Amino acid sequence: MQITMTVNGVSHTREVEARLLLIHFLRDDLGLTGSHWGCDTSNCGACVVWLDETPVKSCTVLAAMADGRRVRTVEDLARGGQLDPVQQGFAECHGLQCGFCTPGMMMTARWLLDHHPDPAAEEIREALSGQLCRCTGYENIVRSVRWASEHEAAGRDDDRSC
Amino acid sequence: MTAAADPAPDGAYGPVRRKEDARFLRGQGTFVDDIQRPGMLHGAILRSPLAHARVVSVDTAAALAHPRVRAVITGETLEQRKLAWMPTLSRDVQAVLATDKVRFQGQEVAFVVAEDRYSARDALELIGVEYEPLPVVVDATRALDPGAPVIRDDVAGQRDNHIFDWAAGDRAATDAAFAAADVVVTQDMLFPRSHPAPLETCGAVAELDPVSGKLTVWATTQAPHAHRTLYSLIAGLPEHKIRIVSPDIGGGFGNKVPVYPGYLCAVVGTMITGQPVKWVEDRSENLMSTAFARDYHMHGEIAATRDGRILALRARVLADHGAFNGAAQPSKYPAGFFHIFTGSYDLQAAHCEVTGVYTNKAPGGVAYSCSFRIAEGVYLVERMVDLLAAELGLDPAELRMRNLLRPEQFPYTCPTGWEYDSGDYPRALQLAMDLAGYPELRREQAERRARGEYMGVGLSFFTEGVGAGPRKDMDILGLGMADGADLRIYPTGTAVLSISCQTQGQGHETTFAQIVAHELGLRPDDVEVVHGDTDRTPFGLGTYGSRSTPVSGAAAVVVARKVRERARVVAAAMLEAAPEDLEWARGRWQVRGDPEQGRTIAEIAMAAHSSLELPAGVEGHLDAETVYNPPNLTYPYGAYICVVDVDPGTGAVAVRRFIAVDDCGVRINPMIVEGQVHGGLADGVGMALMQVIAYDQDGNCLGGSFMDYLLPTSVECPSWELGQTVTPCPHHPIGAKGVGESATVGSPVAVVNAVVDALRPLGLRHADMPLTPANVWSALQGRPVRADLAR
Repeated sequence: MQITMTVNGVSHTREVEARLLLIHFLRDDLGLTGSHWGCDTSNCGACVVWLDETPVKSCTVLAAMADGRRVRTVEDLARGGQLDPVQQGFAECHGLQCGFCTPGMMMTARWLLDHHPDPAAEEIREALSGQLCRCTGYENIVRSVRWASEHEAAGRDDDRSC
Repeated sequence: MTAAADPAPDGAYGPVRRKEDARFLRGQGTFVDDIQRPGMLHGAILRSPLAHARVVSVDTAAALAHPRVRAVITGETLEQRKLAWMPTLSRDVQAVLATDKVRFQGQEVAFVVAEDRYSARDALELIGVEYEPLPVVVDATRALDPGAPVIRDDVAGQRDNHIFDWAAGDRAATDAAFAAADVVVTQDMLFPRSHPAPLETCGAVAELDPVSGKLTVWATTQAPHAHRTLYSLIAGLPEHKIRIVSPDIGGGFGNKVPVYPGYLCAVVGTMITGQPVKWVEDRSENLMSTAFARDYHMHGEIAATRDGRILALRARVLADHGAFNGAAQPSKYPAGFFHIFTGSYDLQAAHCEVTGVYTNKAPGGVAYSCSFRIAEGVYLVERMVDLLAAELGLDPAELRMRNLLRPEQFPYTCPTGWEYDSGDYPRALQLAMDLAGYPELRREQAERRARGEYMGVGLSFFTEGVGAGPRKDMDILGLGMADGADLRIYPTGTAVLSISCQTQGQGHETTFAQIVAHELGLRPDDVEVVHGDTDRTPFGLGTYGSRSTPVSGAAAVVVARKVRERARVVAAAMLEAAPEDLEWARGRWQVRGDPEQGRTIAEIAMAAHSSLELPAGVEGHLDAETVYNPPNLTYPYGAYICVVDVDPGTGAVAVRRFIAVDDCGVRINPMIVEGQVHGGLADGVGMALMQVIAYDQDGNCLGGSFMDYLLPTSVECPSWELGQTVTPCPHHPIGAKGVGESATVGSPVAVVNAVVDALRPLGLRHADMPLTPANVWSALQGRPVRADLAR
């Protein structure tokens, strides 16, 4: 079947099998390998991308379900060569180790801050609780998102500590 | 910019932000499944649905007829190439693809190579396998029963499921100490089977260049050089025609140390088809077939005086190794380093016996950040100390404080022969108690108990031996555990360090650059770290057992110091002074007594490449190489305190606080060290409360997905509270000890001790992990269950 979707602002039309998963379409057909596949069962969240404006686990979305819709992936977080504050926060607060869960974590974090600019640590934990990280014990991910929140509130690029 | 403009002799250590983050944050990491090669095909493995069965026939005709299938490989195909069996890291053999029998659910039976991922999976459905089911052994405690089905009838002379008996310590001295003791406490305990479950599963892309004969394998491996040697030995390929590339690795934790059948199938796939073949397992395959951890059935005995002086320790262990003995550890030690089980205490005597058995379960055993089974040893001794404290009516912190080794006892040889290098244990425990507010916690606990609330405070104190290891004692399949390092200094003074170990998230590209920068007066940004590619790096045994900093880190220091000494000779020629008249200060060589006369490494490097006349016998350039053979293990340690709240009505446990004081010697990058500790603490909470790979009586794996194998998320984990002491390792060139596994080793028992402490007023003495609500509740009813077996 033929599908058309806008991924990171670029329209793509492809002939795909009806059963093709969105994560495989993004990674194998479009070469956007920043989103990762980790579990098949919607538990780990390494595959989180935005479908229109909502984070989804792209291992449990068919590519065909994204027909006519917009998808945003980690490759679109930085704009104009400038890292998103969420990306900066992860670097500043050591919010990543192996980097495999990071894209999904950051896509959910970006969504959270867009809807809730000043989340408490417990609210960040709740928002990320559908995703797994095996390296960080989550502490520095929470600090990273707090860093981004505070950075955006301050609206400046200062040297804020974690 | 080069170091010449900005010497930073003392600024290289510290919380330097990671170099590797730039690519990961942009989604530009290169993990194995991200690799695309021209004409690449895709492999998929057909796995056994049965735990024990004779393979009567494998019919591949329908699969081969699939229009997009290019090859179907079976055990028979491999047998013709003498590849049906491969050596394991414990000198056993493991089936690559089954020929005679399948021995665990999920065992590899056939391999399909197709033009795309989905077709390869489709074709698995078209393979017809006829099995003749056999009786199954899933419980290690029944594996040696008379009449138990013999799993390994492929091994000549094997008439039962026994693998090995092994012992350490002094039995007679231990018996004597027990006989003289006022108090003896015993306990059976299970450290159940868990799985490291890195978020990236295992996989490989294999490509054989038909013209040059060179085989390149991009693989999820923590030990690329050891894998190259193993591939050569297994497949009979000349080793110089094999290149292993370990690209970005999405977590390892020991899961990515062994060579798995899928890797070899990808290699055979490229040999047969002449095209690159990618194989990446799915999550169920990862959980059901790759290296598990623990599965230790332990009986502990501790002897003490009435006033709380610990005298001796005994352990008897039944070790479930699964269907093939594939435990990854130094070959001389079939139970790994379990026999550091005397822990951190000043004992008179200790003795342990370990019996290994086969069961119809996946192979493995040594994985999951266990420091070669020290995790099991720490669990045993720290449970026993808590049980003893309860028996004596002593506070568990007080009992530990009375018995911890004292600083003046180091170096200390423990009753089973390990030489602990350094430590100040009471200081670490006191710091943890101070950070926790220990007396206040006990007061709060008493108040809550009076109100019928169940709060628990659990302690653990652990000592690890990491950084394997001295060549005289330690090898894996004959490969001594020393690591090489090469360091090149370019004419403008920037550096490239090549190392053999392989990061899986530990940040080697940053930490190792800091090491070299510190030694040479460079900035970390001036040092590029090359790793993970056997064609570009010197030989070494890889990253596991917390060995990167203790072994490869030491190699990086030594090679940088070699460069520094070469630079001294060149600097002397530049300054028209004698080398012995120079001193290294402020990141440069300068004339002693005349600090204005000095040269940085960058200035010296340019001169070393120039036409400057060098003294006779001195080579040009500054490049150097080394191999580091550690003189001893390093011995990091720590004191942990966990605070939990338990609802006895439901059995639900909430971890309220976790305080961790670690001493890993000198910290090169404290930000990275703390990140490592955070991750290990989450592992400990997971193992203690949630994680178990269980089986039913037919050998069906009940932990085969993340729906069933529960891992801690951000809401089960508290905000970790860390502290540190720094006792430099006396034999490591910069005093570092390694930290990658400390928290995973030390934390599970702190959680269990806390839960038991909470419920002691209700009569609970012990409960096995994982302490799920159901398991805690059952234990409280006096009907504890085996969480690793289906009820």
